[in-house]
Amino acid sequence: MSTETLMAYDEALERFEPVLGMEVHVELGTASKMFCGCRAEFGGAPNTQVCPVCLALPGSLPVANEKAIESTIRIGLALNCSIASWCRFARKNYFYPDMPKNYQISQYDEPLCTDGYLDVEVDGRIVRVEIERVHLEEDTGKSTHVGGATGRIQGADHSIVDYNRAGIPLVEIVTRPIEGTDRLAPEIARAYVAELRELMRALGVSDVRMEEGSLRCDVNVSLMPRGTSTWGTRTETKNVNSLRSVERAVRHEIERQGAILADGGRIIQETRHFHEDTGATTAGRSKEEAQDYRYFPEPDLVPIAPDPEWVESLRSGLPELPRVRRGRLQEEWGASDLDMRSMHNADAIDLVEATVAAGAAPADARKWWMGELARRANEAGSALVELAITPVQVARVCAMVAEGAVNDKLARQVLEGVLAGEGGPDEVVERRGLRVVSDEGELSAIIDQVIADNAAAADKVRGGKVAAVGALVGGVMKASRGKADAGRARELILAKLGVSE
Amino acid sequence: MSAITRDEVAHLARLSRLALSDDELDHYAAQLDAIIVAVAKVSEVAAEDVPPSSHALPITNVYRPDQVRPSLTPQQALSGAPAVEDDRFRVPRILGEEA
Repeated sequence: MSTETLMAYDEALERFEPVLGMEVHVELGTASKMFCGCRAEFGGAPNTQVCPVCLALPGSLPVANEKAIESTIRIGLALNCSIASWCRFARKNYFYPDMPKNYQISQYDEPLCTDGYLDVEVDGRIVRVEIERVHLEEDTGKSTHVGGATGRIQGADHSIVDYNRAGIPLVEIVTRPIEGTDRLAPEIARAYVAELRELMRALGVSDVRMEEGSLRCDVNVSLMPRGTSTWGTRTETKNVNSLRSVERAVRHEIERQGAILADGGRIIQETRHFHEDTGATTAGRSKEEAQDYRYFPEPDLVPIAPDPEWVESLRSGLPELPRVRRGRLQEEWGASDLDMRSMHNADAIDLVEATVAAGAAPADARKWWMGELARRANEAGSALVELAITPVQVARVCAMVAEGAVNDKLARQVLEGVLAGEGGPDEVVERRGLRVVSDEGELSAIIDQVIADNAAAADKVRGGKVAAVGALVGGVMKASRGKADAGRARELILAKLGVSE
Repeated sequence: MSAITRDEVAHLARLSRLALSDDELDHYAAQLDAIIVAVAKVSEVAAEDVPPSSHALPITNVYRPDQVRPSLTPQQALSGAPAVEDDRFRVPRILGEEA
């Protein structure tokens, strides 16, 4: 597909400094749409969630959804923004059938929230990403392009449109240019979107599912030669639909633009599309001719003038923000920075927290989620949270290990049983007969047999070579099919052989 | 000095997907100019203490509660559409005119 040259990332970074900009769209999780009472749910049959308002039939008038205004203000407050005391919606005029009105109701020069920031953590370094604006608009309908070879708009014969999504409240969050990222640009872009996603979840304003499009990300990248301070021309890569893609898209644009600039070429200001399969971007609509949307104040909607008291009550009602919460949990759990970072990256913090709340020791909860369960999730290619096991069940397994009912090896089998749908931990232990051999008589009999079968090793131990006991303990574990308590077996073997450590 | 140039009218016509002939451009440019000049008379009487306004009524914060209300059926929704396919509005090729 793409035959363009790329410059090695390291070389591009040696010669150029990247400048990033992020635009994130978040669909709010309101029950109804932004300006009408249609259901705002994802996935309904085509054109079943439409009415005269969102179809722009003559005579219909929009009325703003109060909950959407409230959610936008809460997002703004959580991002440390100033909330406008007075602002208006604006009409963005364009001809494209994804909106039946020939315009989209948005905000233009009077956004609801301005001048905030979000701190993100990358490799132990805190990067402050400045937020330029947060504004409220309506989402567009979904077009399907028919007749082309690839389902893309280019070459299509015609298109068909479902307006269920048209009018769902959409919040746009725009950063100021992010400078000084240096070689961490891809990671910082990713960390920003991840942190924003977590913030939206904590606020409970959106389900922020990137794969369903309730969080969408456009990535702006430009390069400037080292030692200069004039920003280069930027490109905007659209609809990058996973955290990993955010990182890859930034990296690819740096490598692509680096090659063009080093070759004496110039970057065209354009929209580019990211391709999940190759990790490359290709050119879309060119922005050479500046878009002219002829914005004007929306005459059908009166201005928004949030009561300062209301804004203050929303501020005091904000939940604990993700970064603050992570700091608190780290202290409570006595976890290292590295442990916290790996739990955060694996989306394991909520799970570990719930497991601890169900009675497990923090270190145990972390060990199982980040060890055996992370390995299982990785094998299955799924997220930890999608595993068929609950934090309460993991806490139960931790308790079994703590009280000596199972050892680590058996615990792994218990987890395997739960994941395979064999029931809860207690049921799996029962059905698979996984209890540790705690009957001293039974253990003693197994040991006697193992000593008899391994006379040479036993003699070495008797002769003072205590290290040789390992082979005998191994024999006991094997004979008991992993169900013996290895520590206790060792003690008993040494006692039987008349050796003390 | 006119309030709107012929070039500006041509630009607006293009943005509005109106194919205007040269004669029509002259005709509408003159008409639009007259309209703008007429409307501009407002600023002759609006003193410094009258701020520009976008709305006729001095009201703010008109909201509806976040409650779901019945939608149309797909049959009703699509009944006015010039063309329908798979319960969706069928529209002509989107790219092409600029391509």
